[in-house]
Amino acid sequence: MRYETPTTTKEAATLLYKEKGQAHILAGGTDLLVRMKMGMTEPTLVVDIKHIPAMQAITKSAAGFKIGATVCGAAMTEHAALGKAWPGLVEAANLIGSDQIQGRCTMVGNLCNGSPAADSVPAMIAAGAKAIVVGKDKRRTVAVDKIVTGPGKTSLAKGEVIEAITLPARLPRSGDAYLRFTPRTEMDIAVVSAAVNLTLERGVVKTARVVLGAVAPTAVIVAKAAKAIIGTKLDDEALEKLTAACAAACNPIDDKRGTIEYRTKVAGVLAKRAAKIAYQRAGGTL
Amino acid sequence: MGHDTNYQDREFKTIGTRVKRPDGIDKVTGRAKYGADAFAPGQLVGKVLRSPHAHAIIQKIDISKAEKLAGVKAIITSADLPDLTGSNRGMTDILENCMARGRALYHGHAVAAVAAIDEQTAKQALKLIKVTYKLLPHVTDVDEAMLPDAPIIQDFVLQDGKPSNIAGISTFGHGDVDAGFAEADVIVEKSYKTEQTHQGYIEPHACLANVSSDGSGELWVTTQGHFSFRVVCSTLLGLDMAKLKVTSSEIGGGFGGKTHVWTEPLALALSRKANRPVKLVMTRDEVFKASGPTSSTSMDIKIGAKKDGTITAATAILRYQDGAFPGIWGMLGAMTAYACYDLKNVKTVGHDVLVNRPKVAAYRAPSAPMAAFGVESTMDLVANEIGMSPLDFRIKNAAKEGTQASYGPVYGPIGIGPTLEAVKKHPHMRAKLKKNQGRGMACGFWFNFGGQTCVDLNIGPDGTVSLTIGTIDVGGSRASLSLIVAEELGIPYDQVRTNIGDTASLGHNDTTEGSRGTFSSGMAAIFAARDAVGVLRERAAKMWDIPVDDVVWADGVATATGAKHSNLPPLTLADIAAKAASTGGPIAGHNEVVADNAGVSFASHICDVEVDPDTGGTKIIRYTVIQDAGKAIHPDYVEGQFQGGAAQGIGWALNEEYIYGADGCLQNTGFLDYRIPVCSDLPFIDTQILEIPNPNHPYGVRGVGETSIVPPLAAIGNAVSHAAGVRMTHIPMSAPRILKAIDDAKA
Repeated sequence: MRYETPTTTKEAATLLYKEKGQAHILAGGTDLLVRMKMGMTEPTLVVDIKHIPAMQAITKSAAGFKIGATVCGAAMTEHAALGKAWPGLVEAANLIGSDQIQGRCTMVGNLCNGSPAADSVPAMIAAGAKAIVVGKDKRRTVAVDKIVTGPGKTSLAKGEVIEAITLPARLPRSGDAYLRFTPRTEMDIAVVSAAVNLTLERGVVKTARVVLGAVAPTAVIVAKAAKAIIGTKLDDEALEKLTAACAAACNPIDDKRGTIEYRTKVAGVLAKRAAKIAYQRAGGTL
Repeated sequence: MGHDTNYQDREFKTIGTRVKRPDGIDKVTGRAKYGADAFAPGQLVGKVLRSPHAHAIIQKIDISKAEKLAGVKAIITSADLPDLTGSNRGMTDILENCMARGRALYHGHAVAAVAAIDEQTAKQALKLIKVTYKLLPHVTDVDEAMLPDAPIIQDFVLQDGKPSNIAGISTFGHGDVDAGFAEADVIVEKSYKTEQTHQGYIEPHACLANVSSDGSGELWVTTQGHFSFRVVCSTLLGLDMAKLKVTSSEIGGGFGGKTHVWTEPLALALSRKANRPVKLVMTRDEVFKASGPTSSTSMDIKIGAKKDGTITAATAILRYQDGAFPGIWGMLGAMTAYACYDLKNVKTVGHDVLVNRPKVAAYRAPSAPMAAFGVESTMDLVANEIGMSPLDFRIKNAAKEGTQASYGPVYGPIGIGPTLEAVKKHPHMRAKLKKNQGRGMACGFWFNFGGQTCVDLNIGPDGTVSLTIGTIDVGGSRASLSLIVAEELGIPYDQVRTNIGDTASLGHNDTTEGSRGTFSSGMAAIFAARDAVGVLRERAAKMWDIPVDDVVWADGVATATGAKHSNLPPLTLADIAAKAASTGGPIAGHNEVVADNAGVSFASHICDVEVDPDTGGTKIIRYTVIQDAGKAIHPDYVEGQFQGGAAQGIGWALNEEYIYGADGCLQNTGFLDYRIPVCSDLPFIDTQILEIPNPNHPYGVRGVGETSIVPPLAAIGNAVSHAAGVRMTHIPMSAPRILKAIDDAKA
């Protein structure tokens, strides 16, 4: 196994592109090391991207936030402005693992691992986040919801690396929230999860995005659920419609973590609760 | 005094103080040496190949390619472990469990093992071993295993002359239950299930085996009983017991799971074949698949009572799975089920049932928590039916001194009544509950055990005292035993150090199990210290040249008595030790004992839980443990045992379970999906120690380690049922199960 520490994204992309064997990117390593230990993968090349300056910071501009691919969960927590603008997204990223894991794990790693239960992914999609994808020859910007194509699978081509995640400029009177159900309080994986991002105008929901996790092969954008609350003040009827739309959008599996019945029911419960939190964060009064 | 085992009421000076444990600093700084922390020159890495199937005939094992891999030093299969056990069925089962013999009996059953120069080579060698399996039908559920057409796990197990998976049926009780039920005003019958759990000790099994070509060997191992490991390993490998020295490492949790050998005989066999030391450390995945979890169960409980709250009859039909080899787990369930109560008519039947799962081992008060779940849940249902508080109903029927226990014996002074009265007085019972919160309580019992014990007490030339024991310390017993020696000798705690001796240093000691460590080694330590006091008095008499009868030992000094010598200044331990060379040599005390009558133990637990009615999620709000300790030698570690058992019980009640797929394979072989509670899942667990002396121990000590895990499943079950408004009958009460029960009740 070779271990490389490139200092530019392009260099990393080239190393990955040229590797004939099994190549893996190492950021926090909180998924990769576990998989290696379990014998699920035996890399011939590990590319550690933590030495690439373009991936290391959270920056704020008129266009919004840019979060480098190697920024760990704990660094997101410590960034006050990011937490103020996107509390739901930061909470989602902070739910990954434990305190120790938070010092290593990254949102981009969470995304590229391709787990249907990834905590930060529904929140990123709800936020309208985009990924800056760098290949050996060109760069492209892709909506986060287009990255994961199925469990463990992404749309990234061989050699492509995500350099950073961008979040759109935050409009006033906006709020987001992410909730998940786990049997334990931490060190756990979502059985089902929901993210809601919305913007208000005079107390009425003007735009909204509702995204569910762990109820289908990839995170699910539930347009009908968003539609159910747009133009409302989250009255009971709107919330009931949102709940029903979420249940209808679920396509989960029965597995060791939960049943189809359970996931379908609780997805709506969590979406409703997340919508209320997001609404209040946007300045709305329930 | 002397070697009298009877309880003597007395004032203590050091007993009952909360001193620092001698192993504490090393454990928190990382200096402590656990199973995987030993190294020997030239050591190899051992790895085990395990069956990917639940039940299969092993038609062929081809090791030819693996043998040729550079760096591979030895490969063993069952052919390298000939059966030397004679007609001892228990030993044969252990041998077959350590390494499959012609058939794989569960997912993860060892099939072959490799010793190689490093881990990578060993892993590669495992991949090169080709095993040809012929799949057999399997069964992993205890009820399905009892069906007439179930696949048979062991041919030698017969019922009514026919092959069966029912390896044992044990019946206990007295009176006439039919007549008792006829007298009852209210009868409640309910069936329950509990899923299989693992002890979840953080340290995986690990050992370093080193067998010499002269037939002697050494084994460094994490174990609850190095002496019993010596017996088993030497028997399986055909070694002389005296030539196998087993040294116990520090232990990162055992809870019964480290009372049995799993890979240790394989490490020794690999070492013997390779003629090199072999270190073998199980992965967590292997620990889950192939060590000894506790039984899953299925139970039918029936209790009848009069309107005044008197129980007229009670029965329990218990079905416990043993894994692929016969055990006594159903029997223990049947013995413990009604042990808390004074019953005129009682009958319990325990079935020990074989399935294609790993061989069940002890888990902290083994088998009692599940039976208690069934019985204590039903107790609440009966109390509700007759309109009595569950606590008063229990108080009315509690066993007391003179009660004939449902499993046979007549109780001496016991603590069930006092723990229930303490529940009644506890502020926890009066705390207000909020919306969606419920309160439950339950009782629990454990036998406790004494057994063979042997200790050495040596006084150093500087007057400090070293106690060597053979019961490994898994819960702070070194501190407790040092306190006992300090008490007997009348010296400060810091002057005593307790160490664990290896199997070459002491006579046979039974395993640290049955909550016996502090009870039995404590008894032996008292006697050894009293022996040493006798020697100290003799030496002082010699130094003073006076009759030994004129020397008393008190408060850590020898004092001359009588008018003739009362002007002599007292002699300290150090004074006497300094002159040992000229007064008869080293000063020591020694004791061997079979510590009988360990003293039964009872506990009552109270639990408040909040249930989210929309997700089925639970949160333990408050938890109180009240238990009889006999005498708490070191209250911190008694409380620690109370809290530890409750914490494990909370995990078992709410989330922990072995999940098998339709293929008979275990699906959750790691701590991510086998969910023991993390710190933030638990409230502070409040404790109250009661001290009802055990009449059969000089200090009144009872074992305290196990009873604390008996009530939680039921206490939490009663609390969740109260909070959710629906009776929970299946453990663990995971969120999907609770939500389904709530929804089903609504429908």
